[in-house]
Amino acid sequence: MTEADIWTILETVPDPEVPVLSILDLGIVRAVSIEANDSVQITITPTYSGCPAMDMISMGIRMKLLENGVKNIHIINQLSPAWTTDWMSDAGKQKLKAYGIAPPLDQHNNSELFGEEHKIQCPQCNSFNTELISQFGSTSCKALYRCLDCKEPFDYFKCHR
Amino acid sequence: MNIALHTDIQQALCNYVLQLADTNLILGQRICEWCGHGPILEQDIALSNIGLDLLGQTRSLYQYAATLQGESKTEDDLAFLRSERQFKNLLLAEQPNGDFGYTVLRQFLYEAFQLLLLDRLKNSSDQQLAAIAEKSLIETTYHYKWSAEWVIRLGDGTDESKSRIQKSVNEIWTYTGEMFIPSVDEQTLTSAGIIPDVTNLKEEWLHKVTEVFAEATLDMPDNNGWMQRGGKTGVHTEHLGYMLAEMQYLQRQYPGQKW
Repeated sequence: MTEADIWTILETVPDPEVPVLSILDLGIVRAVSIEANDSVQITITPTYSGCPAMDMISMGIRMKLLENGVKNIHIINQLSPAWTTDWMSDAGKQKLKAYGIAPPLDQHNNSELFGEEHKIQCPQCNSFNTELISQFGSTSCKALYRCLDCKEPFDYFKCHR
Repeated sequence: MNIALHTDIQQALCNYVLQLADTNLILGQRICEWCGHGPILEQDIALSNIGLDLLGQTRSLYQYAATLQGESKTEDDLAFLRSERQFKNLLLAEQPNGDFGYTVLRQFLYEAFQLLLLDRLKNSSDQQLAAIAEKSLIETTYHYKWSAEWVIRLGDGTDESKSRIQKSVNEIWTYTGEMFIPSVDEQTLTSAGIIPDVTNLKEEWLHKVTEVFAEATLDMPDNNGWMQRGGKTGVHTEHLGYMLAEMQYLQRQYPGQKW
């Protein structure tokens, strides 16, 4: 088994909260290495400090590798460099949108108070005529919006950087 | 371990990491009391979300403190099996929630401080402390924006909201001074070049708060008045004991329980 094989297996580990995304789409896996004694070392990084999915993600990695015959697995949690939505793959962003969640914008001003809001596109009808309902949503990584054209509420995957 | 630390510096670092963790845990626990009681659903969710971030940061800090202690304790031991006098959290964090205005104001005053502190700590010579700070800073930026905007909305809102949040400002103010009074451990670490001198953060913090209060049309209290202290040395207000009694009940009654 090569490191490339391990990456291919990890591609099939879904995010527990947004199962349409793999943990690779999210940029959670930072490194894979095979050590001299054939142990596999996986370095992952949390999205949010309090993300309750991290334990399930570690478990998911372990299970999937075991299924594929990898027995000696070490998962390392690494905090720095801090995870950012910049690491989300383009394929991941497209999958999110198809799933009904607006993907993170590259530039989103999180520091200026009452700063001019970037228009978030409705994942259902593609309208930019939308408004923020709440900066916080059903999980740490999402904010809640509503579309003023098709009237559907929708999740926005917050820009985190 | 990152570097071979001198024993007393290592002890100070452990105490300091506990101090940071305790404040986050107690404040996170406090604001999660809003769960199911928020004024509207979205803000109820916001408070629990912020609480969850604080709890996550707390876990990283307790895990690190446990490593520094080297006594094979776990993060759960540190959260659930220490008594009131061993907790080093800021008095600000343990104050009861009051109304929604009091809660967002307390959050704002704390996050404004955290924003400045973490921005320095992310460059600390202690790599693990720096990594936790770097991670927490992004979350803090988001909490700061939310809480500052709510302080402005309520201050510059109706007569009712303004008079109530102004009253909260006057009540809470004496608990803000403690952030800028270094404990013995903070002094040791500042001398060792590991953490910034918190007294130097005060001016910048006041500037931030003054700016937001001006926009919120709130009056700044007298900044040279008496300030409460004691949290960092384990001398708390009566409120902490009740919190710990509730929070620690399960682990004390049924030791070793796990999720």
